[in-house]
Amino acid sequence: MIVGIPQTLSFYSYYPLWKTFLEGLGVEVVLSRPTNREILEWGIRDTVTDACIPIKILHGHVIDLKDRVDRLFIPRMVSVDGRATFCPKFLGLPDMVRFSGAKLPPVIDSRVQATRFRSGIIPFFRDIVRQLQVKPKFNWLVSAYQACQQQRNYQQLLLTGLPPLQAMRYLETDPQVRADAAGLAEPAGGNPGSKLKVALLGYPYVLYDPFISSNLYQRLKDMGVDLVTPEQVPPRQMRRLSRVLPQNFFWHYSNRVSWSSLYYLEKPGRVDGVIHVTAFACGPDAMVDKFVELEAKKKKVPFLTLTMDEHTGEGGIQTRLEAFVDMLRTKKEREEKGAG
Amino acid sequence: MKITYPHMGTLAMVAEQLIEEMGQESVTPHRPTRQTLALGARYSPEFACIPFKICLGTYLEGLDRGADTIVSGGGYGPCRAGLYGEIHRGILNDLGYDPEIIFLWPPLKKPVDFIKKVNLLKGPSSWFDLVGIIRRAWAKLSALDELELLAQDIRPRELRKGETSRAFNRGTAYLDRARALSEIAEAREAALQELRKVDLDEEADPLKVGIIGEIYVQLEPFANIYVEETLGEMGVRVRRSIYLTSYTKHDVLSTKGDLRSKKLAQPYLPQLIGGHGQNSVGDVIRYARMGYDGVVQLAPFTCIPEIVAKSLMPHLSREYNIPVLTLFIDEQTGRTGAETRLEAFVDLMEQRREKMSSVEKLPAESRLSYSSAL
Repeated sequence: MIVGIPQTLSFYSYYPLWKTFLEGLGVEVVLSRPTNREILEWGIRDTVTDACIPIKILHGHVIDLKDRVDRLFIPRMVSVDGRATFCPKFLGLPDMVRFSGAKLPPVIDSRVQATRFRSGIIPFFRDIVRQLQVKPKFNWLVSAYQACQQQRNYQQLLLTGLPPLQAMRYLETDPQVRADAAGLAEPAGGNPGSKLKVALLGYPYVLYDPFISSNLYQRLKDMGVDLVTPEQVPPRQMRRLSRVLPQNFFWHYSNRVSWSSLYYLEKPGRVDGVIHVTAFACGPDAMVDKFVELEAKKKKVPFLTLTMDEHTGEGGIQTRLEAFVDMLRTKKEREEKGAG
Repeated sequence: MKITYPHMGTLAMVAEQLIEEMGQESVTPHRPTRQTLALGARYSPEFACIPFKICLGTYLEGLDRGADTIVSGGGYGPCRAGLYGEIHRGILNDLGYDPEIIFLWPPLKKPVDFIKKVNLLKGPSSWFDLVGIIRRAWAKLSALDELELLAQDIRPRELRKGETSRAFNRGTAYLDRARALSEIAEAREAALQELRKVDLDEEADPLKVGIIGEIYVQLEPFANIYVEETLGEMGVRVRRSIYLTSYTKHDVLSTKGDLRSKKLAQPYLPQLIGGHGQNSVGDVIRYARMGYDGVVQLAPFTCIPEIVAKSLMPHLSREYNIPVLTLFIDEQTGRTGAETRLEAFVDLMEQRREKMSSVEKLPAESRLSYSSAL
């Protein structure tokens, strides 16, 4: 039995969990190719015109997988903390895919609906076992435990600032290689005071997908900018900030973005600028973007919104980033001179 | 308190009565216009839905007319409407206004919060007075719904175009002035009489179309580019999936929503996705079973739940053999463009009806293959 996982959306947050669990059940896990032009075209063809880019891309990934796998793994992500749900498009995702018109293998649409991550994950795993109809090698609870362990390691790696794809690769290499790599980790170089630090906010499936974001993450690194993302905000801080606002957003990923914007803007000097990356026609982001913008304006921190769509030109993004970074540099130099 | 609020179809009239009877001053919003929308769109996020923009425009106009309090309401997620209050507040503060914003949640989900807010709103009147106030408001709401239903029935059969709409406007004007229960009953009778006076083509057998989709664009004619009137004047008898009285019963005073539609939606969308997404899926099936000739889905551009519902529409339309037209509305949508699409849709339904009636004359086996080809 081969199970296909689309390499987008919640993949960036939960892939190690799913993979470890599914492999523990003795099924083979296949990933779709990284997003590319062809996948995007397929997605645009198969999705309603009004959907946002991430949803279109997901449909592309499904097309990419459909002939290679026996089952598609598109869990219904409802809630992982008992309060916020995911975006309504995540809630209806398995149904949107199932009725998209293409001939598809059966979809595994187990529901993740947890008040706390650990407790709600057990019914989710049980449902997967039921839908897969496989006879697991061991008790599936064992693989569930291993999967949760792996997920915890993964989240710790993300907290250190490793982008998801690298963190996944790191988890899969054997421990010896890992120890060597740890020794080789580059020491924090340069004068820390003068290096720009920018908060790059957005949903993981936009930020870390080199195709949708036209390689934004790497571009900024290449310009010598220190990046922080919502993945680097400690969970305890997130919990604290979740009690600050008069009203939180209703959606999991949007909350993570709004809380991390609060976190990075909380103390002056924590970041020099904020970039909010959003996908074209993203519903929740219409609200989130305004929120972050007003928050940054209040704290007098420069703010840039980048909207990614089907035909974002690389040149356009590069120019806007360079202009923004130059502006931040000038501002910082002036401030340092003023202070000295 | 000088209170302003969004304009949503006939609700504004009832809200005005409620507010004035509670002893507050109502800055009654007028029906939104192009200017209102342009004003709202200027300060709204680009991808906010059209109700958000229209409401913001309405608030700005109300604030300039001296309002100091805004009352609005919304569900508690996962649809964006529940966040309007906070985001509107942010935008208005940024523009230099500082109104009190009272955002009502569904009373059964946030009972304490709701009672606190009502207490604030009711001002000097007592809770006992409130019972009477609500009874009168309910009477008016029911009368308005009745009027709308009758207008929808007779509009496709009117002999002189536009007569029904004029009679309907006269009727609502009567109701607008009525305040006491006896006055409301009298005004209701007079208004219905106005509509009954319209000359009808008794022979006509109008097409039946169900309107489904997001609540604000369904209820506010400006937001749906007068789709109800347009269809009616093309000779189509329309029914909406949402009327204010049924909505109040199903969604405001209960946490369950319209169970019939939700049950029908189960096999296709077994998950509450906020807004009226799940209802839209169920309503298509409901209208198909009731023998309607077609369904028009209305939704604001970027409305998340309706996009999910729309992705299921092709499948539902095939399975239940009912044509579905989806209109996503944004500030660029023009009335003429929508009219053209509606005309084409009406043509399609007429042809379909002719084919269906000719199919019925065929022998059973060929009928089967023919209707699957449709």
